[in-house]
Amino acid sequence: MSAISRQTIVAGFLPLLDCALLAVAASRGFAEAEGIELKLVRETSWANIRDRISVGHFDVAHMLAPMPIASSLSLTTLAVPMRAVMALGTGGNAISVSGDLWRAMKVEGAAENGDPLSTGQALARVIRNRAETGAPSLHFGVVHPFSGHAYELRYWLAAAGIHPDRDVEISVLPPTVMADALAAGQLDGYCVGEPWNTKAADTAGARIVTTKEAIWPGSPEKVLGVTAKWAEANGDLLCRLIAALMAAANWCADPGNLEELAGLLAGAEFLDCPVDWCRPALVGRLRFDAQTEVNVPGFLSFGGVERHCPREDHGLWFYAQMVRWGQARFSEGDLDLVRQTFSPALFQKALGTDGVLNASGEGTGSTLFDGQVFSDQTLADHIAGYVGQAG
Amino acid sequence: MTPSLSILVIDDNRIRASIIEQGLRDAGHDKVIVLDQMDGLVRRITEIEPDVIVIDLENPNRDQLEHIFQVSRAVRRPIAMFVDKADAGSIEAAVDAGVSAYVVDGLKRERVKPIMDMAISRFRAFARLNQELEDARSELAERKVVDRAKGILMKSKGISEDEAYRLLRRTAMNQSRKIGEVAQSLVIASGLLMD
Repeated sequence: MSAISRQTIVAGFLPLLDCALLAVAASRGFAEAEGIELKLVRETSWANIRDRISVGHFDVAHMLAPMPIASSLSLTTLAVPMRAVMALGTGGNAISVSGDLWRAMKVEGAAENGDPLSTGQALARVIRNRAETGAPSLHFGVVHPFSGHAYELRYWLAAAGIHPDRDVEISVLPPTVMADALAAGQLDGYCVGEPWNTKAADTAGARIVTTKEAIWPGSPEKVLGVTAKWAEANGDLLCRLIAALMAAANWCADPGNLEELAGLLAGAEFLDCPVDWCRPALVGRLRFDAQTEVNVPGFLSFGGVERHCPREDHGLWFYAQMVRWGQARFSEGDLDLVRQTFSPALFQKALGTDGVLNASGEGTGSTLFDGQVFSDQTLADHIAGYVGQAG
Repeated sequence: MTPSLSILVIDDNRIRASIIEQGLRDAGHDKVIVLDQMDGLVRRITEIEPDVIVIDLENPNRDQLEHIFQVSRAVRRPIAMFVDKADAGSIEAAVDAGVSAYVVDGLKRERVKPIMDMAISRFRAFARLNQELEDARSELAERKVVDRAKGILMKSKGISEDEAYRLLRRTAMNQSRKIGEVAQSLVIASGLLMD
């Protein structure tokens, strides 16, 4: 028996590749090294994650990055102020289309390398042709209305002049059924995390047309979500958990551990799928379709404090998309709530990186695939341009 | 008299769904529809136009459902149950029991609460039943493995069944383990030695 008793943290997660940090921290001794017994509970929907963290069944949870923002801004039920205290990885999503749609896009000149500019414009031409012949609207799927998937798909469509609510139809479906829905002709395409694009390439004749990493390079996908109340009451414990997850992240980033990581995630406790489906995303070499492999460096990445530190400008990008598509009404006061939700302060305190990372002020920002720069400085312009786009 | 509410139960566990359905019917609700197939969920909901939707938390379609409600242009738009923070206790009870509900906006709390309470208690009863079944199953499995271990001891040591059982029990007590675990180790070890 050790002199210091270990403290238990209960974490909810969904079986997706980016639950890797939690899986590794719990099973490879990183949580234990920080005096934490990390208990993982697998869930079946983001609604369950939201409900169970809200009633206190979970202390922390694997969450879609926009979820804590939606909760802090009371845009969902059971809304409580939440914090995204750490990014659990960057990238990981892709947009896939059915074999039929891909053939039509290729006729319209879609690039084979996943260039979002080219594939988006080709899709726009396909949609215009279909409208002229009176063909029904194309139908796309995402996993949740408040998700990176939804905003990346919408951003990609809108950049090509396709209105995501008027020119196509977008539905929410669980990631596990996307491939089957595509094969059955219920969907023409979708944006989803891996391994659900690989599965569709293998089993449903689907084709990847672009990736999250290409649309918004280096952007966070899932975060460690926690209620503001729990974070305040358990500051020290949460800092130790962040340190454990950071150690796990660096372990995941080591190519020498890749095969072990793929095996762990494919296991019955986590994704419960063929290990062959987990490798492409982790290696960064995707099967765009059954015959074509394409290198996508950084497709899904872990490791390094800069990657995992929450950034206010990332939170603001998500918020701007909520405003753009009519999920939130813009208010100056909400900007502060978003900044608080994605504040880097606790992460920096946990890892002693104050001053090393300048994650909130000048010099940060993102350049998206269409050349738009999104930062604190350009926020107001983007918001002004977004008004009136919804509906 | 107010017209009775139509209640949709979504649960792919047919046994549990029928337990809930029965409970609701016993409580005087005659408009209860059970869906255990998730295909065409949206279409079915628009056809049925339920006042109350009860769904189990294991169902992966909750995100889809909530999205449908959110973008629904229908007047009778369902919203999540217990949106009032004063209902914290009820929320917790429901989540604990593994059930969630959506009701059409504007429906009075007093009308929905008894339905929810019923669903919660039936979910709990079902979970208890399942646990008992599970226990009975593992008890049976343990008895089988103990019988096999006794057989191995009787054969290899030339002792009686009673003596074999006492030996297993003593070993278990000395090692503070369950007799089933000791028997299991013996069966595995003996299997290895025989090969």
